[in-house]
Amino acid sequence: MAIGTLAPPLDVPAGPARLAERSRIWRKFVRNPAAIAGALVLLAVLGAAIFAPYVAPHEPTRQSLIRRFTPPVWAEGGKATYLLGTDQVGRDILSRMIHGARVSLIVGIFAVLVSLLVGVTLGLLSGFLQGRVDTVIMTVVDVTLSFPQLLLALAFVAALGPSLLTIIIVLGLTGWERYTRVVRAEVLALREKDFVEAARAIGASPARTLLRHLLPNTFSSIIVMSTLQVAQAILQEAALSFLGVGTGSAYPTWGHMIALGRDFVSVAWWFPTFPGLAILLTVLAINLVGDRLRDALDPRVT
Amino acid sequence: MLTVLVRRVARLLVVLVGVSLVTFAILQASGDPVALMMPEAPESDRAVLRQAMGFNDPLPVQFARFVGNIARGDFGQSFFHREPALPLVLARLPTTVLLTLLAMAVSLAIALPIGIVSAIRRNSVFDHTATLVVFLGTSMPVFWTGIMLILLFAVQLRVLPVSGWETWAALVLPAATLATFSTPLLLRIVRSSMLEVINLDYVRTARAKGVSEWFVICRHALTNAALPLVTVAGLQFGLLLGGAVITETVFAVPGVGRLIVGAIRQLDFPIVQAGVFLLALIVVLVNFTVDMLYIYLNPQIRVR
Repeated sequence: MAIGTLAPPLDVPAGPARLAERSRIWRKFVRNPAAIAGALVLLAVLGAAIFAPYVAPHEPTRQSLIRRFTPPVWAEGGKATYLLGTDQVGRDILSRMIHGARVSLIVGIFAVLVSLLVGVTLGLLSGFLQGRVDTVIMTVVDVTLSFPQLLLALAFVAALGPSLLTIIIVLGLTGWERYTRVVRAEVLALREKDFVEAARAIGASPARTLLRHLLPNTFSSIIVMSTLQVAQAILQEAALSFLGVGTGSAYPTWGHMIALGRDFVSVAWWFPTFPGLAILLTVLAINLVGDRLRDALDPRVT
Repeated sequence: MLTVLVRRVARLLVVLVGVSLVTFAILQASGDPVALMMPEAPESDRAVLRQAMGFNDPLPVQFARFVGNIARGDFGQSFFHREPALPLVLARLPTTVLLTLLAMAVSLAIALPIGIVSAIRRNSVFDHTATLVVFLGTSMPVFWTGIMLILLFAVQLRVLPVSGWETWAALVLPAATLATFSTPLLLRIVRSSMLEVINLDYVRTARAKGVSEWFVICRHALTNAALPLVTVAGLQFGLLLGGAVITETVFAVPGVGRLIVGAIRQLDFPIVQAGVFLLALIVVLVNFTVDMLYIYLNPQIRVR
């Protein structure tokens, strides 16, 4: 361990310097009101997802045909007990949206973890080993890039049978190529740097050089990319649910709610509108936070 | 130049084999295709068909046959329509191409001027507003945008039809929906490509020697920003086709996307495979053309 710390990677200072670096990143982040707003929205969505059964005013699946198509509370005929109105079988839209946040966030986060694992591993190998391994991996990347991701995900989810796990794995396995390209490019640039040379000179094994010296230096791009990829995965999941190859269960998802609401758009405008706003706000919040993180983590941008 | 060309074509072929492999895998992932073809038949009949169609052969043999068939344009019979899959898909292709081109044209008309002005007046109110709109646009689910446009223009104002593809008025909402999806992507690329060249030495020199600002932007900056712009736009083309698939479904546009989505619901895999392969082929060819253009237009590569 001691040998490793003798040659710290260039961009990560040790001890008090690292703390100063962190606070610099933090200060840069909080200076931006849009990013703060994004973070707050994200916290609210996260809270809604975690505590869904406690914060949702109604059971998401409770039907009540007398109350069908109740408009939102501020519209004529609205009821205070159904803030955002009800759907075609009288289920509370707000409650279904709160529960729907769970599916979106679970798919978003876990699909990105799958992509991350596959993409970063292949990127590290591609950039570090070069040669034939690199050629093969980059060809696979080219093949993946040839397909519209949504179409490929659609075909495979349908073929494998829709379920939450299928969606996570298929979205994960169709969305990794960005990580590979970025990590590979960074490794290619880093491997010629002095600290990598030094690590090799004092006898660090290739695996150690890769994991201890190269990988940590790609973290900031990985974090930024992951944030933005979660947003993409949420949009993709919503699209899959909308097109009818969703989680395959009765549990509400935002995409599926919009699909149902489309058929009633002329009688109940609120039905497809609010779940879409939930997607828009969540994805926008993640994008704003991710964009600000990029600026904060990049030492070149002031 | 010739060696570069040969190498690119070889790469194109390798990628196409990879694309076929993934397309092949779609049917394999579904489990038993014969069960989908004859859902009511007894197991003995299925076994006969399985043997006759070669589903008992080793996977590499099946894949080789699949590639051979694709090369001849044979994706098999649609399970549902009982006719060859590829002609069914090809018949819908012009609609999808028209929709995509319409959206591209609208996007370019909006993104080019706004992106250029954004780059020139970096950090101005105009630039910040444009950036905010880009954020909003990239965060909106395409299908929801479509439904909101239907709500506004077809349900409330009653000026445009809800769906269809028969009249010119019916094209407006689908094209607008797809354009709200593609414009922010394009706008971001235009802005960053312009930003990269706008402060380079030769642009400054042109300004310094008194060339008008308008001429500097159009002649010096834009021509040099065009190359990276076209490359990235080519890479985004797959995204645009994905958007077209959803847009067609929302507005019942009779294109390839709607056909594929319908086929997926019926588990009609020959159509899914033909459609997915065809759209991937288009993406590959678009990127290949962009690549070739790049080589042709870039003197550094052309000379070698």
